Amino acid sequence: MSHAKAQSKSVLWDWLTTVDHKKVGILYLAAGAFFFALGGLEAILMRIQLMFPEFTFLPAQTFNELLTMHGTTMIFLAAMPLLFGLMNYIVPLQIGARDVAFPFLNALGFWLFLFGGILLNVSWFAGGAPDAGWTAYVPLSSESPGTGIDYYVLGLQISGAGTLIGGINFLVTIINMRAPGMSMMRMPLFTWSTFVASMLILFAFPALTIGLLLLMLERIFGATYFAVDFGGNVIIWQHLFWIFGHPEVYILVLPAFGIFSEIISTFSKKRLFGYSAMVFATLIIGFLGFMVWAHHMFTVGMGPVANSIFAVATMAIAVPTGIKIFNWLLTLWGGRIQFTTANLFALGFIPSFVMGGVTGVMLATSAANYQFHDTYFVVAHFHYVIIGGVVLGLFAGAFYWWPRIFGYKLNETLGKIFFWMFLFGFHLTFFVQHFLGLIGMPRRVASFLGGQGLDEMNLISTIGAFFMGVAFILFVVNIFVSMKNKETTGDPWDGRTLEWTIPSPTPEYNFAQTPLVRDVDALWYEKYEGDGKMKAAEPLGDIHMPNGSFLPFIISLGLFIASFGFIYHLWALAIAGMVVVFGAMFVRSVKEDHGYHIPKEDILNAKGGK
Amino acid sequence: MEHQHTVQQTLPPNPEKATLEGRNKFLGFWFFLGGETVLFASLFGTYLGLKGSTHTGPGPDELFSLPLVFIMTMILLTSSLTSVFAIINMKKGNYRGLLLWLSVTVILGLAFLGFEIYEFYEYVHHGLGFTTSAFGSSFYTLVGTHGAHVAFGIAWITTLLLRYRKSGLTLTNAPKFYVAVLYWHFIDVVWVFIFSVVYLMGIGG
Repeated sequence: MSHAKAQSKSVLWDWLTTVDHKKVGILYLAAGAFFFALGGLEAILMRIQLMFPEFTFLPAQTFNELLTMHGTTMIFLAAMPLLFGLMNYIVPLQIGARDVAFPFLNALGFWLFLFGGILLNVSWFAGGAPDAGWTAYVPLSSESPGTGIDYYVLGLQISGAGTLIGGINFLVTIINMRAPGMSMMRMPLFTWSTFVASMLILFAFPALTIGLLLLMLERIFGATYFAVDFGGNVIIWQHLFWIFGHPEVYILVLPAFGIFSEIISTFSKKRLFGYSAMVFATLIIGFLGFMVWAHHMFTVGMGPVANSIFAVATMAIAVPTGIKIFNWLLTLWGGRIQFTTANLFALGFIPSFVMGGVTGVMLATSAANYQFHDTYFVVAHFHYVIIGGVVLGLFAGAFYWWPRIFGYKLNETLGKIFFWMFLFGFHLTFFVQHFLGLIGMPRRVASFLGGQGLDEMNLISTIGAFFMGVAFILFVVNIFVSMKNKETTGDPWDGRTLEWTIPSPTPEYNFAQTPLVRDVDALWYEKYEGDGKMKAAEPLGDIHMPNGSFLPFIISLGLFIASFGFIYHLWALAIAGMVVVFGAMFVRSVKEDHGYHIPKEDILNAKGGK
Repeated sequence: MEHQHTVQQTLPPNPEKATLEGRNKFLGFWFFLGGETVLFASLFGTYLGLKGSTHTGPGPDELFSLPLVFIMTMILLTSSLTSVFAIINMKKGNYRGLLLWLSVTVILGLAFLGFEIYEFYEYVHHGLGFTTSAFGSSFYTLVGTHGAHVAFGIAWITTLLLRYRKSGLTLTNAPKFYVAVLYWHFIDVVWVFIFSVVYLMGIGG
């Protein structure tokens, strides 16, 4: 039947049309890794330029483009998709689901992100990349000549739509698709943090959508929201951007917190200390994340009352974050700690992230903020939270879930060398930047004068960046060297949660029988209270699967084409692209697709004919 | 799947939420509307920040005419009511009633859109272009985004009406109709805010 048909498809067609959350997850990981390498390269080019005073490695315009694209790429095209990749693959497995709630939309989310990312990077070859910083403050961005900012606006609009779709998909999946017994308060922390991050996506991204829409209408159709000579107001952009932008940092870091919670618990051989406190801390951080956006705007002139309120709200976030830090430490306390690469990343994260948190509270002090604002101190702060939190989390998650996702274990020795090199390079690069900022080096400058006490620290910072670059190459080497270390048990780390209960490689239907969950750390419970295997919540039967579809690719391609129409004022092209988009949506609406069934016999065969 | 050609009499009482797919759509759409709320809130905020910035163009009190906007409001509110009738008929199993009331909803939506186009045309005539002032830009963006939502809703419901004109109610199309009507209500609620914040406050505030 249709299952046989599925196997005869070519590999390429299969990946272009897949709606399987595991394959979509791998696509996110692959594309995210590519953009991560690209963003890293951009960073290294900038650091080379700043290696020596008045160095002439890059022209200032190129430097501006690099700093804009580095930030934009790392946030939107690397960190988020890599997290989405892990969420896609792992969350349905952790809650005992066969699929996500909206497989089609999930695939659409990926292709929108990818085409948005490609569009953004096409700007390099079309007369220059965006050059107004990743925050694209008006009027710098609305008046910027050339098409760079147009690419920024449309590229982010398309990939942002994909992110929003992905967020809704995770929310509904987590609420509606949990296995019997998997109550909300039994969900693994990674699933919880995905849930809260998806909430933040849902309520934060529309503000960016509107900000980008306004900037696009201003640049392409001559609207005047930000044009002061027509009565416009430039501060509106800053509010819209940061109403999105501040929750965005929690969208990034909360899932990383979730990853660390899983890893620290697994490799301490202990249940997570203070599970419910962890859940509520996550929720509170998510809530407060919406209350603090104006701390990015202390120097705008909102007045002492507004500044004080936002300063206090910002400092309040240190409380739930502190709860989390102490819970991780107390999970480790008295545990049988295994120093695997994944756990090393988690242990390295705690002090690194705390340092970022401390400078965060310093920055939140609105009076002192006037001194720190727009200096390298800020650059050091957010790299400590983003690299110290998110990137270490992504690498920890990669080493932890690699056997689940790709069916082989990454080499631990190479992994540990990679960890130490990366951590060393990271601190070497960014620690000195605190002091560069404090003695007055502004951020986003293409060059600096010698003999002002900035020379040595800039050189040190650049050397650190090279360490991180070489470390990443080591990680890529590890991926290829380790391919022979096949992992067939399905449970390489003596795991605690449902994703380790299924065979390796993961069957396309995930669970032959939906598991029955009896406690937090469902698998660990069965290992100690049961026979080590999950009880089934249903008899073995045919499994319903969704059909693949090429429409997500076509919808995204249509938007990609239409964007060129908008950027170059080729209205026929814009209309043609939108016709493709709405046409594909129409087909999707009109054509009923009921999927297919994998027969019971096939599942029995795959289980070894039990 | 096997239910798709079942006659209405055997459908469960709430066919829009009877399947997991239906429940997913229902919940997912509510979340989507949550996001849409932030989207419109951002536009309202922008408008409120810029409504006094009329530059050299006309301001709200010189342009807005309450009778016209009142008629538009009544039309849209009535269209929401007719979409409720449609869902009541759906729950009763009266498929023809569902199609009929949704058709009325679409016609009322079209009438609203016609008035809005006329309204914008008049304003441009009175000297308020999209690029005239920050007020003009933010007004057309807010109300125009709402209008675009109305147009999309009309196209969506019309598609459903044509696609399922002969099929009868099924477990597949019940959630589709239900969700489309939810969307229509949301558009209506946004308009109530536009009526109060833009028009009433524009004239009286």
